Amino acid sequence: MAGESDHIVAETAARIFADLADPQTINRAKNDAWKAPLWSAIAEAGLPLAWVPDELGGSGATLTDGFDILGAAGRFALPVPLAETLIAGWLLARAGITCPATPMTVAPARPHERVTLAANGTLSGSATAVPFAREARHIAVLAEGAAGTTIALVDSKDCRLGEGCNLAGEPADSVSFDRVKPLRGAAAPPGFDRTLLMLMGAIVRGVETAGALEAILSLSVAYANERVAFERKIGKFQAVQQNLARLAGEVAAALAVSGSAADALAQADGFDDAVFLEAAAAKIRAAEAATEGSAIAHQVFGAIGFTQEHVLHRFTLRMLAWRDDFGNESYWAAELGQRIARRGADEFWPLVASR
Amino acid sequence: MTLRFDPIRLPPECEKLRQEVRAFLAEEIAAGTFDPYRPGHGDSQNRAFSRRIGAKGWIGMTWPKKYGGQERTFLERYVVTEEFRVANAPVRLHFVADRQSGPILLKYAPEHIKLDILPRICRGELCFVIGMSEAGSGSDLFAAKAKATKVDGGFRLNGSKIWTSNAHIADYMLGLFRTSPPTKENRRHGLTQFLIDMKTPGVTVNPIIQMTGQHDFNEVVFEDVFVPDDHVMGEIDGAWKQATSELAYERSGPERFLETFYVLVELIRALGPDPDPRSAEGLGRLAAQLHTLRRMSVSVAGMLQAGKEPVVEGSIVKDLGTIWEQNLPHRVRELAAFLAPETGNRATLEEQLAFAMTVAPKLTIQGGTTEILRGIIARELGLR
Repeated sequence: MAGESDHIVAETAARIFADLADPQTINRAKNDAWKAPLWSAIAEAGLPLAWVPDELGGSGATLTDGFDILGAAGRFALPVPLAETLIAGWLLARAGITCPATPMTVAPARPHERVTLAANGTLSGSATAVPFAREARHIAVLAEGAAGTTIALVDSKDCRLGEGCNLAGEPADSVSFDRVKPLRGAAAPPGFDRTLLMLMGAIVRGVETAGALEAILSLSVAYANERVAFERKIGKFQAVQQNLARLAGEVAAALAVSGSAADALAQADGFDDAVFLEAAAAKIRAAEAATEGSAIAHQVFGAIGFTQEHVLHRFTLRMLAWRDDFGNESYWAAELGQRIARRGADEFWPLVASR
Repeated sequence: MTLRFDPIRLPPECEKLRQEVRAFLAEEIAAGTFDPYRPGHGDSQNRAFSRRIGAKGWIGMTWPKKYGGQERTFLERYVVTEEFRVANAPVRLHFVADRQSGPILLKYAPEHIKLDILPRICRGELCFVIGMSEAGSGSDLFAAKAKATKVDGGFRLNGSKIWTSNAHIADYMLGLFRTSPPTKENRRHGLTQFLIDMKTPGVTVNPIIQMTGQHDFNEVVFEDVFVPDDHVMGEIDGAWKQATSELAYERSGPERFLETFYVLVELIRALGPDPDPRSAEGLGRLAAQLHTLRRMSVSVAGMLQAGKEPVVEGSIVKDLGTIWEQNLPHRVRELAAFLAPETGNRATLEEQLAFAMTVAPKLTIQGGTTEILRGIIARELGLR
């Protein structure tokens, strides 16, 4: 459960976002002038490296603090690589690597992609749809080699980038590693593998999605209480009320499951089936909520919500895009289903009831 | 409005209790008390089983000790409820009294009635029925017409209640009767809640058989039934204030999403250790959805224990949970469509699916329909 200090971190984050990342203001902006002041305020507050201990260059906050920051980032549809830098810092810190104070991202960001480490210490392979790769100065890479799993810090200039974008138009670039020499590298701790990185990414996206859903619920309720049709506020129509109640249900589900997974991870000694269930469920259910919830919100807003000038798409398109990062919901559902099947029918309830 | 679901972790005493409950249930299953694979077949009138549960201290377990309770937490009660539910143990005899009638008595009954009735509920001796709906009053509770007329020393009840689950085996009813007409300002005014001994002269119970073939529903007819003054629960004409306060308890429990859970377990057994991707994905999604509902429900229990009032969160759990448990047998049926004919437990799964699919339609009606719940949620959102 969140302690006092957690709220301070989350409140600091929310204040910075409200001042410098107002979705309406950014949506109207003609250029990227908002970006630099936003990032420097975030960096100044120690948010990007919240999950990195002091001695490795971070601000040494708890996992819970970091997830609170991400919930706030979701509520603002934050358009800078804060989540990615948090994950990158967390990954590098697993191997005791000192983190640079720059925007970072992480590779691979899809479960079936592999970067390999050769005996001479160079990295090869490629990763697709790496979020914000072109805006990241550094990339935290999880690489697999004969000697096991390695975590490496790479200068993004040393990689070949192919520009791409996600549904929301944010960078989602391919990154090719052609015998790239990392700036730093170290063995991952025993048992740490690609699955763990993907599970962390899954929880992060779940928490951000829940935040974005909270935002679209309050936007939608406010609009329904203001827009008049047939001489009534549309929020007075039962059909609209029932839809908004369903949206609240999706918001609640995403909040509960991602909050639970974040807490489970923060408390976990190791990764077991129970933590796997928490993390996979967070990604699956939050993604389902994103699908359902964005459709309902758009329905409430009608045509105006379908325009570039309205902020709704900043939330809905990001949520829909996040479904694909770090394993989509179908991938995690199949993985979870296989695990449950292997445990057997009589071990299913004990797993569900383990927390 | 901010939705809140604190990530509650069940404390160690809950896990210890869970193991005790599982051991008890395993013994009862071994002794043939009920068959966990055949939901709906357990003997609903098995009073001896309820007494054994009572003897364990698992009925009314959160209530004060002086009324027979154990003063344990809502989280402990939660664990007991969910373990009984997933085992398909027949608990209908005492469950209504444990979940809602007892708490109403605790709050509104005079001391001598509490001392008389609550310990008997805790011992598993009493079955309660809820008398709210009438032929012309279902979701619209405040349209109730059954009347209570003031007489010397009490009230005379006339009229009828319908869809009264377990009235045919119940010892007491908590029923809603009209003591005054509604007012212009408040159409909810004028209803009073009474504690009624079902053996009182003038009470007739007529069975109504459900589409599953089970007998659960009844019509209860009241003809000049006398109820003494001290059996009025709470404020005369003011029952509407009482009806809503218990909703978070009633609506967010594990029984609101686990009613058809057994088909999912049987599907896992049928699929075996290495399901094809379609089945694995379907199973994984259902597991993720179930896990989410349970974590929401546990969170509401934890917030209640902490003295908070998560009314909208509780309504959301029931809305999502009942729709999920209603849809579950149909999803399982689809996922089982390509099973090999010789799959070992196929007959069991098909029998369970047939039962679950016939039960399913009621799940989004009982205890507050989907539409009513969404109305409550919409009001909390600030839309009404």
